[in-house]
Amino acid sequence: MANIMIRTAATGGLSFYLPKRDLEASISSIEFDTPEKWGGELKLDNGGIYFIDPIAKPARLPISLRARRIGAAED
Amino acid sequence: MTTMTREETEALIAEVLEVYPEKAKKDRAKHLMVNDQSIEQSKKCITSNRKSLPGVMTVRGCAYAGSKGVVWGPIKDMIHISHGPIGCGQFSRAGRRNYYVGTTGVDTFGTMNFTSDFQEKDIVFGGDKKLTKLIEEVEMLFPLHKGISVQSECPIGLIGDDIEAIAKKGAVAIGKPIIPVRCEGFRGVSQSLGHHIANDTIRDWVLDKRDGTPDTSTPYDVAIIGDYNVGGDAWASRILLEEMGLRVVAQWSGDGTLAEMMNTPKVKLNLLHCYRSMNYITRHMEEKYGIPYMEYNFFGPTKIIESLRRIAEFFDDSVKEKAELVIARYQPMMDAIIAKYKPRLQGKKVMLYVGGLRPRHIIGAYEDLGMEVVGTGYEFAHNDDYDRTIKEMGNTTLIYDDASGFELEEFVKKIKPDMVGSGIKEKYIFQKMGIPLRQMHSWDYSGPYHGYDGFAIFARDMDIALSNPVWGNMVPPWKKEVVEEIAKAA
Repeated sequence: MANIMIRTAATGGLSFYLPKRDLEASISSIEFDTPEKWGGELKLDNGGIYFIDPIAKPARLPISLRARRIGAAED
Repeated sequence: MTTMTREETEALIAEVLEVYPEKAKKDRAKHLMVNDQSIEQSKKCITSNRKSLPGVMTVRGCAYAGSKGVVWGPIKDMIHISHGPIGCGQFSRAGRRNYYVGTTGVDTFGTMNFTSDFQEKDIVFGGDKKLTKLIEEVEMLFPLHKGISVQSECPIGLIGDDIEAIAKKGAVAIGKPIIPVRCEGFRGVSQSLGHHIANDTIRDWVLDKRDGTPDTSTPYDVAIIGDYNVGGDAWASRILLEEMGLRVVAQWSGDGTLAEMMNTPKVKLNLLHCYRSMNYITRHMEEKYGIPYMEYNFFGPTKIIESLRRIAEFFDDSVKEKAELVIARYQPMMDAIIAKYKPRLQGKKVMLYVGGLRPRHIIGAYEDLGMEVVGTGYEFAHNDDYDRTIKEMGNTTLIYDDASGFELEEFVKKIKPDMVGSGIKEKYIFQKMGIPLRQMHSWDYSGPYHGYDGFAIFARDMDIALSNPVWGNMVPPWKKEVVEEIAKAA
């Protein structure tokens, strides 16, 4: 489990930040994206996949969450 | 020499790597790339933020350098104790030229060195007592200081001293904040982790101390983040923002104070110059306080105009109008500078190798003078820096990460730039090779280079470096005849 931060990117999409490794990537897909249920599997454009427990859609981004990495560590 | 093609640049990289052992070659190859502007993600072609190879001459610093030298050091009204043996503090003292206003030794302490001067007995028995005593002495001798930061050097982490406990006790005793910073030099691969650690300590120990106090802010409050006032840079940036009608509440950290940092959570916009060293704190403020941040670039008129307009976008029409007035007011000055220097500098090629934001931010300033950056690289960047750099650099130019002394020399020999922008360690090597070098860490004891006023100095400095008649006298007189004879015969 690692702390991550999700923020709105300048281009309008979501961006993913993992402070521990200073890893910044944009989120290419998010599993659940409805007002009640938001989160699940996050697919990153660098090939990594992370899982966050689904929550109600946050009123304001950025938000820090706990995430679990699925699969091997990406560079 | 004309611009190299992709194949030529690739061949150059292969040629330079040839001398390394197989394993080192494989590793270093990942850190060198030929630029391709169509690439969206730098990680596919360049690896960064990895441990330097043993045996190569890297120019990186350590976590202590990142924390004490870069982030904490310039905060002028605090005393930064280099906790550990004396060398780290002494050899990093005042070298970075973070200018400030104040009376040194009375209410400001920027160029002074405070150290606990560890000896063998402190390693054996621990340095806690010494630190406690040092805090007492500091309070007695310099009563006008506003707080203390304890910057750990390597032995502190190795012997496991509890500086946090000492800091808490000391803070109660003297009634001022004492911030323990765990920036031992062995942490991380370069100074970059030191920046991160320092940002995190500011977040945990400083930033929220004035939350909930009466708010005297205006809708035009901004903070300059990541400008270290090298040679007065932050001042040259600040006047432009003030002329735009903004109120600069804090400077992080050049000429900055502890109170400014505590007031920053009340600003409306964080202006981030050095992304690499201070993005951590702006990310935190964005999440906790909802303060947006914006990266800007105050090198060279093209980028300044772009940045001023983008900053004004965050505010109302009065700021936008004033931004246009500022741009219009300085335009004749810029035109005169470009008219004077561009003919002298047109077409000259530059190679850069520095750290932080400069390998990409300065490109615009060179281009304004008609010069071309043919190679650039960072000492301690991460992939997000290269993502930004790829767009700024021309196609097929060379990009190098954590280049060793050998690699840089070989690249310069082959690419033959008219000028190199790097640090003091590179300066005399390249000048003896007959290539002018400007130190881009400390602006070669000149500056400021930020803002409109800075560009005037930047243009002049590049011209005096390149036009110095000494470069025509690189062959000693007793060898000159031989050279001429050879030339005649050829």
